[in-house]
Amino acid sequence: MSADELGHVGSTLGERAVFGFWVFLMSDAVIFALLFATYGSLLDATAGGPTPAALFRIGDSLIETWLLLSSSFTFGMASIAMKYGNARENVGPLLAWSAVTVVLGLSFTGMELHDALTLFQQGAYPSRSGYLSVLFALVPFHGLHVVGGSIWLIVVMVQLLTFGRDVRVNMNMLRLGLFWHFLGIVWVAIFSVVYLQGLIR
Amino acid sequence: MTDAHAWHVLFGNIDAHSWAFVRAWDNPTVSEVIAAVAAAIVVIAAAALGALTTALGKWRYLWMEWFTSLDPKKIAIMYVLIAFVMLFRAVIEGVLMRAQQAVAVNSPGFVSPEHFAQLFSTHGTIMVFFMAMPFIAGLFNYIVPLQIGARDVAFPLLNSISLWLTAGAAALLMASLVVGKFSTGGWTGYPPYTELGFSPGVGPDYWIWAVTLGSIGSNLTGLNVFVTIYKMRAPGMHLMRMPLFCWTALCTAILMIFAMPPLTVATALLALDRYLGYHFFTNDLGGNMMNYANLFWLFGHPEVYILILPAFGVYSEVVSTFSSKALYGYTSLAVATGAIAVLSFTVWVHHFFTMGQSADINGAFGIATMAIAVPTGVKIYDWIWTMFCGEVRFSVPMLYSLAFMVTFVLGGFSGIILAMPPLDFQVHNTVFIVAHFHNMLIPGVLYGLLAGYHFWFPKAFGFRLNERWGRIAWACWVAGFFLTFMPLYVLGLSGMVRRAQEVFEPAFRPWLFVSFGGASLLLCALVALLVQLWVSIRERADNQVFVGDPWDGRGLEWSLSAPPPEYAYAVVPVVHGRDTFFEAKRNLNARPPPERYADIALPRNSAAGVLIGISAAAAAFGLVWHIWWLAILGFTAIWAAVIGRSFARAVYRIVPAAAVERTEARWRHAIGDALPVSRACETTSANRGLARAPS
Repeated sequence: MSADELGHVGSTLGERAVFGFWVFLMSDAVIFALLFATYGSLLDATAGGPTPAALFRIGDSLIETWLLLSSSFTFGMASIAMKYGNARENVGPLLAWSAVTVVLGLSFTGMELHDALTLFQQGAYPSRSGYLSVLFALVPFHGLHVVGGSIWLIVVMVQLLTFGRDVRVNMNMLRLGLFWHFLGIVWVAIFSVVYLQGLIR
Repeated sequence: MTDAHAWHVLFGNIDAHSWAFVRAWDNPTVSEVIAAVAAAIVVIAAAALGALTTALGKWRYLWMEWFTSLDPKKIAIMYVLIAFVMLFRAVIEGVLMRAQQAVAVNSPGFVSPEHFAQLFSTHGTIMVFFMAMPFIAGLFNYIVPLQIGARDVAFPLLNSISLWLTAGAAALLMASLVVGKFSTGGWTGYPPYTELGFSPGVGPDYWIWAVTLGSIGSNLTGLNVFVTIYKMRAPGMHLMRMPLFCWTALCTAILMIFAMPPLTVATALLALDRYLGYHFFTNDLGGNMMNYANLFWLFGHPEVYILILPAFGVYSEVVSTFSSKALYGYTSLAVATGAIAVLSFTVWVHHFFTMGQSADINGAFGIATMAIAVPTGVKIYDWIWTMFCGEVRFSVPMLYSLAFMVTFVLGGFSGIILAMPPLDFQVHNTVFIVAHFHNMLIPGVLYGLLAGYHFWFPKAFGFRLNERWGRIAWACWVAGFFLTFMPLYVLGLSGMVRRAQEVFEPAFRPWLFVSFGGASLLLCALVALLVQLWVSIRERADNQVFVGDPWDGRGLEWSLSAPPPEYAYAVVPVVHGRDTFFEAKRNLNARPPPERYADIALPRNSAAGVLIGISAAAAAFGLVWHIWWLAILGFTAIWAAVIGRSFARAVYRIVPAAAVERTEARWRHAIGDALPVSRACETTSANRGLARAPS
């Protein structure tokens, strides 16, 4: 029995799952929005410590941006492979694009981690000031999302190998796609609000 | 590795003096003894329940039929059970506080200042997060799917996870009675007081993690209810045909989706301050506690409506049913519900008018606050017009509704006073505020939940609750409320500060005595509810309403047996208008037998929710006490359960058509045997759940 024949009316399981995930993303977006608002309110709270202008190297964050946006592209390719891949068992292209996406995602977080360690060495750590507190909340919160998304994608890859492309794997890919592109959008906001704005402060 | 070091690795900061019993032994003051007795009650009750379950051999039954069940009706009952247990604790705490203030005029009384502060912190935290919220989640789970003609909620497993996160958080709060101390920072947990510098103990950490788990659970409940209503309505059940309770559930769910995240952000940032030395809300190095006030009340005000809107929904159902009339002004009620939900996000600053923003900002928020009175007033008038010229029966749910209308309007008036910043400056931080919000929340939430409890209890359990004890409990709740809180208005206007452990004005004494008397009545009300439940269970054979429609109800939920079968609807109903079932009864076509029965797929049980709840509670306990291995283990176990579950494939089981037919046949047989009962006799044993429908 397929998941769509469950005797519920009005909507299929897949529809509900995707719609529900949009709703979840709204809640997640509220969290990011509030962290951005807190960031704005603490921009000047450097308490004599390092300021954004003194800290950021725009080149690194630009590379991070390219890594993450490329991963959104490769995830898109994975989605296309899922949609147009003909045989249920033919999961090769889907797996390959997913693997590239995971590598890009983890490279992004690796670079972020490296950035953070560099900042620490320069005396810019969260307990130094209100500004650094919110910097080290907003950016790592996004980074944790990327790590979580990568783990999720690895789990989906294992499921692909175990079950092939069944309804639940497809549903997972659809929702993960929303999640992944959402993280790309949030990163664009972080790049603009945190790093670009940092250049002029 | 020294012994002390090994101890710290294993048990974190727990030492002998963490235990309430040891503290009472070392320092046997009344205050400490009360704490130890409370701790003993928790330990003994837990042990007794465990022993009883073992003696009866019921663990397997509990595990299979309840804990791992994904049936929203069972999840609902477990939610309400949590709510009642927590209500008991929080009411007793309230009575203790009123007793302390009554004897503490120019005297230290019997509760120490720190203990008193824990009492008001846990009282508020429990009432909001662990009494009202689980009760509401329970009502949603039971009633919303039935009212929209659905068999289940949109995400059954997520539903179980929400329940067990809430249960885990409630368990954490109970644990704080036994080991360690709870926060003294009030239910709002304002920093910088709750920062490490001023509150170095585990109290605020207990508060942070209990509230965080609870808020995540509520957020997921909101998501679930929203998608259920949006995607799973029966054919023909347009939004504007939904029972009003579903409208309030929908708006509440939207509020939960948008308003719980700010709370999670506030508690998470406070946790970063306390655990990792961040400076979000500290006094020094650029911290700014105003951010906390804004974040918290960005949640906190919508929360007021998360609590009150469901009660409005219950009243709408109750008033219409027991006035034997269609709801007056259905559209205006639905629009008013939506308007309140939107406006609730525009008023949060009125919780801190005195904290330094400009008069213009205060003015804007004051006006927005008064604006909320308009849709609320619309609702009150609609309910009054619903009763007008109706055949009103003064049953227990109706009594609660009437008490609500009178009392809530009074509370609204004091709200209008507080909405004016200049007046707010005069009474802020006095017991006037305490009187005001109890005046909103007791009639606006508790009465509503109790009305819903009496109204739908027969649906869930198949027998009616005892009317007489219901009336006694109602009288105690109402009289108790007025006696307890009206004196606080007087005291507040006279300048008595809130949260005071000792009082230095002898003129306050008579009012405090009256208030304590009222609080004792509230305790009696609670006991009366317990007695009522006991009596009702004992006399259940006389009050069976298996047919399922004891009150001549209007919504689809009354068209099912009581209790409904696990699959709820043998055949998904088709809806043609508002009050479909009520109309069908008038047309003598209430329960048309289906042409044929089909197999029904229901979600299989899952242990994932229980595992996630227990792991989350363990992780939280580890974080509170700095038992890092436990925190890491718990956190890992949560995600292991999530990932493991994602590999499950056979998640549905089939109820065969033949089994459905047998269940339905038994019920249809009972319908045939039952004598229709008139409304006048609905509270007698003649009521078998088949209402006589005068055409």
